[in-house]
Parts: sequence; structure tokens; C-alpha cells
Amino acid sequence: MPDLTPSLQRQAYLRHQKRVKGAVIGLRLGILFLLFASWELAARLGVIDAFIVSSPSRMLSTFLNLWRSGDLFLHVGTSVMETVTGFLLGTFVGTVIAILLWWSEFLSRVLDPYLVVLNSLPKTALGPVFIVWIGAGPASIIAMTLAISLIVTILDMHNGFLATDPEKIRLMRTLGASRRQILCKLVLPANFTTMINALKVNVGLSWVGVIMGEFLVSRAGLGYLIVYGSQVFKMDLVMTTVLILAAAAALMYQCILWLEKAMKKYMGVTV
Amino acid sequence: MIVDLQHVKLTYQAPDGEVDAISDISFGIEEGEFVSLVGPSGCGKSTLLSTIAGLEPPSAGTISIDHEAVTAPSAKIGYMPQKDQLFPWRTIWANVTLGLEIQHQNTGERQAHAHELLERYGLAEFIQKTPAQLSGGMRQRCALIRTLATDPKILLLDEPFSALDYQTRLSVSADIYTIIRQEHKTALLVTHDISESISLSDRVVVLTHRPSRVKNIHTLDDLKDVPPLQRRDHPAFRTHFNEIWKELDAHA
Repeated sequence: MPDLTPSLQRQAYLRHQKRVKGAVIGLRLGILFLLFASWELAARLGVIDAFIVSSPSRMLSTFLNLWRSGDLFLHVGTSVMETVTGFLLGTFVGTVIAILLWWSEFLSRVLDPYLVVLNSLPKTALGPVFIVWIGAGPASIIAMTLAISLIVTILDMHNGFLATDPEKIRLMRTLGASRRQILCKLVLPANFTTMINALKVNVGLSWVGVIMGEFLVSRAGLGYLIVYGSQVFKMDLVMTTVLILAAAAALMYQCILWLEKAMKKYMGVTV
Repeated sequence: MIVDLQHVKLTYQAPDGEVDAISDISFGIEEGEFVSLVGPSGCGKSTLLSTIAGLEPPSAGTISIDHEAVTAPSAKIGYMPQKDQLFPWRTIWANVTLGLEIQHQNTGERQAHAHELLERYGLAEFIQKTPAQLSGGMRQRCALIRTLATDPKILLLDEPFSALDYQTRLSVSADIYTIIRQEHKTALLVTHDISESISLSDRVVVLTHRPSRVKNIHTLDDLKDVPPLQRRDHPAFRTHFNEIWKELDAHA
């Protein structure tokens, strides 16, 4: 039987790693707990005005009310649906346009100044325009989301496509590859990481677009809850919604990370 | 002559003027021959290779391969790039059959041929691995098999060993030499390494500075049938080396 016990140094190293990991998780939870505990305490002792800044216990009861009435699912569902539609559409349409620009260098040169102007324009300025053109509803909010994420996607994806190793393109050409084959077999797979990064950026941008859109026009959604809450001065509702929003956005980002992991596993390689 | 270059001239049009890359190059390659192309850096060796591969047309002159004028990339030519350029997201098998896939030749017969090559050159057990899991020498061998899988008549080697360290380079170049000879392929190697060109080829074509012409063609008959690694110890090696060295001298 070979001796399978690791060396003493190895054991010490592993113990150290475990201790560090434990400390990191412990401190993370500790900070969260401390933050909420002192918030609650300060509110109870009257150091801060719970009517203005709310408190964890008031937020919890607000949350439970939202849950029981079913409003929570309506609002979270509406916002999540708008965000997911917005960022899938933004990534997809952006990638398609980036492919067209890669395909025709001439087109890309013609459109360059338009992309520069659209990229620097604060897209929120278009919000009222969309409402007038598309109408007050989810379609306007999704348009808002698209406006925010589309141009960045186009620019990032196009730059990624252009950065494809010219030697690999040369190899493809000597094998007799058509432009379509170069796109499908080289440029797109080589830019898998670019695409995942675009998705990651777009999740964040889409939330900005959705909340922005819901501020302007909506009858449901987390942005609507925040605006409604602040107008009727229900700060408990506002603060609870902000926390729900933080959780939803983080969860969605985590989903992209899972998707990335699954895709990489499926492709068998870390690109 | 399986490859025949007649008065090939290449001029680029750049926004700030015309660039003469190649002024007048003529030479031929016999079937089964291994020819090296050496020249000072920036003399347009790789450009000439692109032209022979059909990637860019010559400004004047003609290039024919197997008695047909070259106008576009053809299946008769196999190109081996600098570095292996294996695609990291594809397995070894998918990399090796890339050419077949592109040329819509991914038939059972062709696949069997590719598999046979992998087996003959010791890579069969790695077909499901990814390029990152292989050593530099093995990757280079894969790159050659990817080129051989489409069964080209001529191999164009564009400094394929330049990215390898010295030790690996000697063994890999000997390795590649053996494979090319065994498969009875005609090869044109571009390199800036004089020793490499002498140790591998039947003839060495020396080019001048840009705009390049053929300065001299060395026939290495005295080294025929000597394997690459032994050639470096052969008395004739030094003589050829010095001659080519002088011809490449920038001040000559």
C-alpha cells in the first residue's frame, strides 16, 4: 500500500487555505449582519428616523405583505421579463449588426461616425421620444433597454471580430474557405469570450434601461414601485424594492456566469 | 516542373505610394523536391508564398502549379503557417479535419486517411484532446497532418518552426522532414535560418533585399540522402552556409 497521506507542509498549506476561506465567508456574513443590526438598533433607539430611512424589520414586513398579496411576483416578474427581453434582444441584434459591419468594411467605414455619435449620446434622453412613438407600456421600456445596450454590444463585438488572428484567417483562406465559413468556423467561435462579456455588460445595462423606463412610464415593475413609493412617501416600500432589485440583478448576473461555465464545458475548452 | 514561377513581380498600392515587394522572380520546383527560400528579413518571402498559394495575384508574370495557372487557393496546395494555428476550441480530430470540412470532403474515405496519418505519426491516442494539452512539437505535427489531410500536391511552409525553442526546433524540423519525405510531397519552405534551409532542402533559393530578385540557387547534391540532423555535421554544410551567409550580407 503506498502512503497516501499528504506531507506535513501540504497539510499545513491546506489548513491555511481552509482557514482563509472560512475567514472570508465569515467576515462577509458578519459585515452584512452588523450593517442590518446597527440599522435596526439605530432606528429603534431613535438615532435615525425610521420613517425616512426605514429599518430591516419594517422592510421585512413590507416584503411579506408584497409576498402575500402576490404583488411581489407581478412587479419582479414584469421587470425581469423586460430585462431579459432587452438584453437578449440587445445581444442578438448587436451581434447581427456587428457581423454585417465585419462582413463589409465599407459599410463599417460609412457607419462609423453614426456609431460614435450614438455611443456618446446619453440614451436616457431618448426615453420621452420612445414613449411618444411607441406608447406608454412595456414596449417603450424594452426600446429604452435596447437603446442603452445595443451600441455598446455592436462596438465590442465588432472590435472582437476585427481582432481575430490574421494568421488563422490566412490559414482558412488557403484551405479555400469562403467568407461565411471563416465567420462560422473561426470568427464566431474565436469570439465566444467577447460574446459572454457582452452578455455580462448587457445584464447591467438592461437593468439601467428597465428601471429608467419604468420611472418614466409603467404600471408595474420594480422601477414603478420605487417611484410610486417615493411619491406617496412610503420609504419602507422604496428601500425594500431597492434590496429586491439588488438581489434580482445579482442573481441574473450569476445565471450568466453559470451559462458561461456550461457553454465552456459543452465546447470542451476554455477559450 | 510541378511549380513554375516566371518573372513574378509584386507591387502593392498603399495610400502613400507604390511599394515594390518583388521585382522579378523565376524558378521552378520538380515533383518530390524540397526547396527552401531564404532572404533578408522583409524581402517579401512570405508575400511570395501568399502569391503562390493564390491569396493575392502577382502584378506581372505567371505562376503555375501542376501546369495550371494559379488564380485562387486550390486544393493542390497545402499551407503550413507560422506557429501551429490549431483552433483551441476544437479537438485534435476536429482540427485535423478542418480542411476536409471546409472543402466539403469530409467523407469516410478521407477521414480514414486522416486517421491513418495520425496513427502513423503517433497522435492517434490524442484525437479527443485539445491543442492546449499537447506539447509544441506534437502540435506542429498536428498542423502538418491538418495540411496533409486534404492531400495537397505541394506544401508551402511559412517559417513553421520559428515559434519553437532551439532544441524543439531541431527535432521538430527533422520530424516534419521525415513525414514530408515519407508522404512523397513537394515542399517549399520559407525561412530566415540558413542552417535550417541547408539541413532540410534539396535546393536553396536565395533572394535579395526588397524589391527582391533571385540572387542565387544552391543545389545541395553533396548532402542528398543525409538526414537533417547529420547534415549539420557534414563537411559540406559549412561551405554552403558560408556561401549563403555572404550572399545574404546586407552590404553585399
